Amino acid sequence: MSEHTLDARNILCPLPVIRTQDAIAELDPGDVLHVSCTDPGAINDIPTWCRINGHEVLDIEQDGREIRISVKVGSTG
Amino acid sequence: MSQRKAVALISGGLDSLLAARVIMEQGIHVEGINFFTGFCVEGHTHAIRNQDKAKPKRNNALWVAEQLGIKLHIVDIIEEYKDVVINPKHGYGANLNPCLDCKVFMVGKAREWIEAHGFDFILTGEVIGQRPKSQRADTMPVVAHESGAEDLLLRPLCAKNLPETLPEREGWVDRERLYDFSGRSRKPQMALARQFGFEDYAQPAGGCCFLTDRQYSTKLADLWQARGERRYELDDIMLLKVGRHIRPRSNFKLIIGRDEGENNFLEGYRKQFTHLRSTSHKGPLVLLDGEVDDADLELAARLLGRFSQGRDASEVEVEINRNGETATRRVRPLPPDEIRQDWYL
Ligand code: SF4
Repeated sequence: MSEHTLDARNILCPLPVIRTQDAIAELDPGDVLHVSCTDPGAINDIPTWCRINGHEVLDIEQDGREIRISVKVGSTG
Repeated sequence: MSQRKAVALISGGLDSLLAARVIMEQGIHVEGINFFTGFCVEGHTHAIRNQDKAKPKRNNALWVAEQLGIKLHIVDIIEEYKDVVINPKHGYGANLNPCLDCKVFMVGKAREWIEAHGFDFILTGEVIGQRPKSQRADTMPVVAHESGAEDLLLRPLCAKNLPETLPEREGWVDRERLYDFSGRSRKPQMALARQFGFEDYAQPAGGCCFLTDRQYSTKLADLWQARGERRYELDDIMLLKVGRHIRPRSNFKLIIGRDEGENNFLEGYRKQFTHLRSTSHKGPLVLLDGEVDDADLELAARLLGRFSQGRDASEVEVEINRNGETATRRVRPLPPDEIRQDWYL
């Protein structure tokens, strides 16, 4: 298991979702990806994308404009 | 025999939701694919404008996939799509929407995708006679042929009005359990949605992207004309969705935030543009796009005054940031009768 970060700040949905999707495609099941973003739409869209594609959202933190979402990669590939 | 697999083009509207569901009913494994062109109505402006804050910011394509319980693959086609918008072989619809070329392109991408992922065929929610107007009996074969998908392209909602496709011929799907919808009426789709228990689905009017919007297309055409060439970057087409766009002279235009949400968004582009704001009164952030002289800056400052809370004051103070340098000037806000209607894009 390894931890990774993704900077998806200052881009608008669905781009943060697309960047998350493309980053996860390169990771292994069990890996964790921390995504930083600023579009509030991502608070809904990234967790929805994770639910339908079998990944687990571990945590969502909000600090001013910045949102940090941690995702554990699922095994469905 | 192993389970057959289809990829469905998911726009986020009702038709693609139903098309996918109809085929899932027949025991086919379905996954969704959604293309992001940069012009999509999804997300963006919803997140930008204050007035939309009350509405839930949902991405309809993701919502549809969740309703169906299928995976969704979102593909960034921003770069390749430029050629579709700039040089559409089949021309434009009522506005700058190159719908037929767009369909050909997306189905073609889906065909590449199924080859790469070992899927058997492609689904779309197309219905002959529905809006956008590109969905006609004579364009259906054009999409199938020019995309290279040929008879791997199945349109479950109107399949009975079209020649048999490979999935039907091979018996992977039962043609009898497909539909024969046609024409502008939405009633058959709404009835089918009820039958499947779908509620609260999105009903886009006229099209799935900003290119079907008249005002948006006017702004894009203006951008091309001002640049002297038909070209755009992602930032350009994002900015066309935001603010009031005013072109008082052929050499420059102003983008004026209409509320706090838009001002925040424009804030992110500040460094790339000459920008103005009032230091004496509350008001918008204004980006200036173009090459300007001193008289132009004066006019821009006076226009800003007009859109600030100092509009009725005898003078407002405006800070102008240009090429990293800041200058301040005091100007009289432009009176309303000096703002020509045709300046508004
Ligand atoms: S409305 Fe936009 S996305 Fe939909 S087919 Fe036409 S050009 Fe393509």
